[in-house]
Amino acid sequence: MNTYNVNEKGYYGDFGGAYIPEMLYPNVEELRQSYLEITAQADFKAEFDQLLKDYVGRPTPLYFASRLSEKYNTKIYLKREDLCHTGAHKINNTIGQILLAKRLGKNRIIAETGAGQHGVATATVCALMGIECIVYMGELDIKRQAPNVARMKMLGAEVRSAQSGSKTLKDSTNEAIRDWINNPVDTHYIIGSVVGPHPYPDMVARFQAIISEECKTQLQEFEGRDYPDHVIACVGGGSNAAGIYYHYLDDPRVNIIAVEAAGKGIDSGESAATSALGKEGVIHGSKTLLMQTPDGQITEPYSISAGLDYPGVGPMHAHLYRSQRAEFVSIPDQEAMDWGLSLSQMEGIIPAIETAHAFALLDERKFEPNDVLLFNCSGRGDKDLETYIDYFKL
Amino acid sequence: MNRIQSVLEQDKKLLSIYFTAGFPNLNDTVSILKQLEASGVDMIELGLPFSDPLADGPTIQESSTQALRNGMTTDKLFDQLKDVRKHVNVPLIVMGYFNPMMQYGVERFCQRCQGVGIDGLIIPDLPVDVYHEKYKALFQQYGLLNMFLITPQTPDERIRFIDEVSEGFIYMVSSAATTGAQSSFGDAQADYFKRIGAMNLNAKLLVGFGISNAETYEAATAHSKGAIIGSAFIKHLEANGADSVSDFVTQIR
Ligand SMILES: Cc1ncc(COP(=O)(O)O)c(C=O)c1O
Repeated sequence: MNTYNVNEKGYYGDFGGAYIPEMLYPNVEELRQSYLEITAQADFKAEFDQLLKDYVGRPTPLYFASRLSEKYNTKIYLKREDLCHTGAHKINNTIGQILLAKRLGKNRIIAETGAGQHGVATATVCALMGIECIVYMGELDIKRQAPNVARMKMLGAEVRSAQSGSKTLKDSTNEAIRDWINNPVDTHYIIGSVVGPHPYPDMVARFQAIISEECKTQLQEFEGRDYPDHVIACVGGGSNAAGIYYHYLDDPRVNIIAVEAAGKGIDSGESAATSALGKEGVIHGSKTLLMQTPDGQITEPYSISAGLDYPGVGPMHAHLYRSQRAEFVSIPDQEAMDWGLSLSQMEGIIPAIETAHAFALLDERKFEPNDVLLFNCSGRGDKDLETYIDYFKL
Repeated sequence: MNRIQSVLEQDKKLLSIYFTAGFPNLNDTVSILKQLEASGVDMIELGLPFSDPLADGPTIQESSTQALRNGMTTDKLFDQLKDVRKHVNVPLIVMGYFNPMMQYGVERFCQRCQGVGIDGLIIPDLPVDVYHEKYKALFQQYGLLNMFLITPQTPDERIRFIDEVSEGFIYMVSSAATTGAQSSFGDAQADYFKRIGAMNLNAKLLVGFGISNAETYEAATAHSKGAIIGSAFIKHLEANGADSVSDFVTQIR
């Protein structure tokens, strides 16, 4: 069968693998050998399901957006990941990884964060389990996502500023990897998206797959069928997208659409639209598409949303793009910001700026009245209020 | 015989020095190479700068950033090295991350290395398994040896596999750490050097990461064939300029 999922060697088509320094080999190999076995154990599943239900608040609702549907003359559903505890889908993954880390006997957790959502989700599960937590965050992101920095500190995490390069997500990831090299025995690295060396992309996708698993049941109730015609998500590294695509990857009835951040425009030199601007290469231990100079130096991406400000995409998405299984679209800052306002005023939902990019697709494409559109509403906009205030002079 | 193999056969301890090509100034590369050879260094590692050097500590990161800012590129490196074999006889190894080599084209990169007289490569983020499966034949075709790293956490079985695949030396990372100078080594390192020494591997061992002075050089070479110094030399260049190479080398041995 043609599958768009990972193969046993850790590749999605040509992409993926584990291009890591030897110093990381024992850690990554330990994970590779154990993640499937541990996550299949009955006690792991029971604890994971229980926490998702009682602590995260799952299942998250599927909401039929009637005013939006009417305006665009099509059927629009929102998967409400913004209602998860801590405000985004990121916590599905951190719950899974903290349970795994405990079973591997690790007592120190490190993470990288861009928007701070993954940092908060990691700090939260570390507080929940009483485990030490260190979050690397780019100096620039620390400034533009101040509320999340404060939340991480309240939760007892140490936030370390990444000073190198563009001082954003790419650089905080470098710092987290260097920390792991220096602390190989007691530390687990909770990566926040479907990026990094195998098995991370697959492991994170599996933890996020709960999103599309729930959608199947919920769509069945609304529509009498368990699949949409189009499934749409924003892509930074690609974890919320991987989660909502997961159970539809090999279903040809479902059109997959990925929305990237065009920043100030694809040709402006200030963009994060990896599919349009990237070439095959190796970043953070994975062979994937990434933005780089002809000489192979990784370039600094730009987006108004910190969570999409990454020069690569996960290997699953690189493969979806290369194989043309998914359609890739990119949305500039301004349209995304306008959609932050539109969704607020038409549906009473203030989205994260990352999430707002996905909805901007509605102005780019025409859909049929009977089409069922499934949007991942990946996060809420509380963390972005300062950016919204500045932008709209609120 | 490859120059690296010849040097490894010599009946003495080896000193290998790393520096970043294009640092401190773009065109210092060849002058530093010549001074290193004149100072009696046995082998030289030339760093091809990369924007995101994951395995490196702050000193080498900053030297890479500076080299890139100076305008260093892969093509410039090969241009600088065009006539290097008229002046320099010690083995030359290029150390760099995989992405710039991929963009250059791995085969074209190997071809140019052979053309200017490079003897081997160290690519920290190209795992031994991938090399073995995909690139070994290509490297051999162009007469290049590929050196692999081991650390205190590398399992014995994997060390044996790396030993089997190695044709040059094995690069023994002194501790679980990114690159960076340390002023002394502790008991844990001595035990680790002894443990690996006692494995009777086919490949010779060179110790790197954290070697900065005569004391750490002595400790590192007590149970190995030689030692590699990087960050401490970069710091020296930063403080004393690109013409001060022999002052550094004579402090070490
Ligand atoms: C709300 C929200 N959506 C999306 C993203 C992008 O990440 P990913 O592509 O992994 O879902 C982030 C990242 O911080 C986020 O906070």
